[in-house]
Amino acid sequence: MDKLINDFSFGLFFWQILLFVLLLLLLRKFAWKPILNAVNEREDGIKNALAAAEEAKKEMQNVTADSEKLLKEARAEREAMLKEARELKEKMISDSKELARVEGDKMIKQAQATIESEKKAAVADIKSQVANLSVEIAEKVIKEQLSNKDKQLKLVEDMLGDIKLN
Amino acid sequence: MTKPLEIKSGFAFFFLKECRTFAPIFRDRYFLSFMHINYFTKFLFIGLLFFSGTIFAQGVEHHIDVPEGANNAGMEEEIDEDIEHHIQDSYSFTFFSDSETGKHYGFPLPVILWDDGLHVFSSSKFHHGETVAESNGNHYKLYHNKVYKTDAAGTINYDEEHHPTNAKPLDFSITKNVVMMFVTGLLMFLLFAGLAKSFKKGPIATGAGRFFEPIVLYIRDDIAKPNIGPKYKKFMPYLLTVFFFIWFLNLFGLTPLGVNVTGNIAVTFALAIITFIITQFSGNKNYWKHIFWMPGVPVPMKFILAPIELLGVFIKPFALMIRLYANIMAGHVVLMSIIALVFFVQNWIGGGLSLVLAFFLSIIELLVAALQAYIFTLLSALYFGFAVEEHDHEEAH
Repeated sequence: MDKLINDFSFGLFFWQILLFVLLLLLLRKFAWKPILNAVNEREDGIKNALAAAEEAKKEMQNVTADSEKLLKEARAEREAMLKEARELKEKMISDSKELARVEGDKMIKQAQATIESEKKAAVADIKSQVANLSVEIAEKVIKEQLSNKDKQLKLVEDMLGDIKLN
Repeated sequence: MTKPLEIKSGFAFFFLKECRTFAPIFRDRYFLSFMHINYFTKFLFIGLLFFSGTIFAQGVEHHIDVPEGANNAGMEEEIDEDIEHHIQDSYSFTFFSDSETGKHYGFPLPVILWDDGLHVFSSSKFHHGETVAESNGNHYKLYHNKVYKTDAAGTINYDEEHHPTNAKPLDFSITKNVVMMFVTGLLMFLLFAGLAKSFKKGPIATGAGRFFEPIVLYIRDDIAKPNIGPKYKKFMPYLLTVFFFIWFLNLFGLTPLGVNVTGNIAVTFALAIITFIITQFSGNKNYWKHIFWMPGVPVPMKFILAPIELLGVFIKPFALMIRLYANIMAGHVVLMSIIALVFFVQNWIGGGLSLVLAFFLSIIELLVAALQAYIFTLLSALYFGFAVEEHDHEEAH
């Protein structure tokens, strides 16, 4: 201890304090403050960048989820539309089938009616023609008869016999 | 993590106390023959030197009593002197000396004295203590690396204990250590101002700053923040400066320049006193309350604790001072002693052993250089933390 105190150099102590305090002040102004500020700024920058990246990631996830949802909706809509179309088609087909059937029936009925009326008309025509023919025959027969009685009678008989054959 | 190394340094400090007696062991004839017989045992013994400080110290006491061989006495003195000279401050920057021709290779430094007026002259006037320097009618002589005021003939008067009784002028000389402090300061300024400048160009440091930037961040994140708390910013400049200052000077001490700045008690005292002053001036109400009127203990205990706590205030920086001084000083002495081993065991195995040990010790010293700077900074931060701590919840005690 005695040696320590004896070795203690006041001059060195003085210079140490002076130089160290000077160095401390100089470094504080020209080195430590700018360095620590720069480092802090850099760290803040990194922190912000990381936060932004995280935010972007979340945003991205949201967007993906949204698009997925949209896609699903679109798919469902398409499905619905297709189903509707199919139903519509079936309905249209069945409707038209029904319509066609009804129309057909109607046409058939009309045709039948027409045929019936045509038939009636034809029958009536035939009847009138038969009547006319009968009258003409009767006229001719009468005219023949009037000339030849026997012959007339025979003719009438022959003719009647002919008609029966018809 | 630091504890085992602290213990090791403690042993080294014991070792330092006994360093003067280190040399005689190897002169002991019995010991020498013992070494010649079994190198392995010798190696073990050298290993023991480092790991059992106290036992070793007792062993040395024993060896001292053995009569010394005259032919080695001169060498021992020379080595002792060399080590002494190396660990002490110097008025000139000497790289090496040739003792045979008495020549010193280096350069002189200015001597500044205050003795009823300013005296400034070159240290070359002392001729390394061989001549009397004259300045403005006053005469000064260098004796055991201290400047004393003498008469023109350079007479030094001694008291009974062979201590000089001559007057000592106030000495503000630019010594070797002052030069090294200045060089370190300049280096730090260039380095860190450069680092600051490189940040202006972009967020990434360039050049040498790339190496030092993580250390700056380490001091902030692992020393200042956890020990001081949210008010760490105020103390950052001091912590950074003191860390790099001590570290660089420790490293300079390991270079062949032969400087020992941080192993000088005046330097560590100055650093410790700055820590002390900053601690006391940043102390808040809680800090002082914990010293003088410890909360949470019975009143009689408060009276007992107050002086203990008050003593602790002074012991803390004192421990800082001694720890750094002793570790660096011990490191230098042990290293030099190991190197000096080669002069005592002048054969290839002794030289080789000296070389190997010096190599490993240098590596350990490299670690110690950073470690001691770290410990000084950490403890300073811890003390600052005590000073600015806020106790919101008293029940925590």
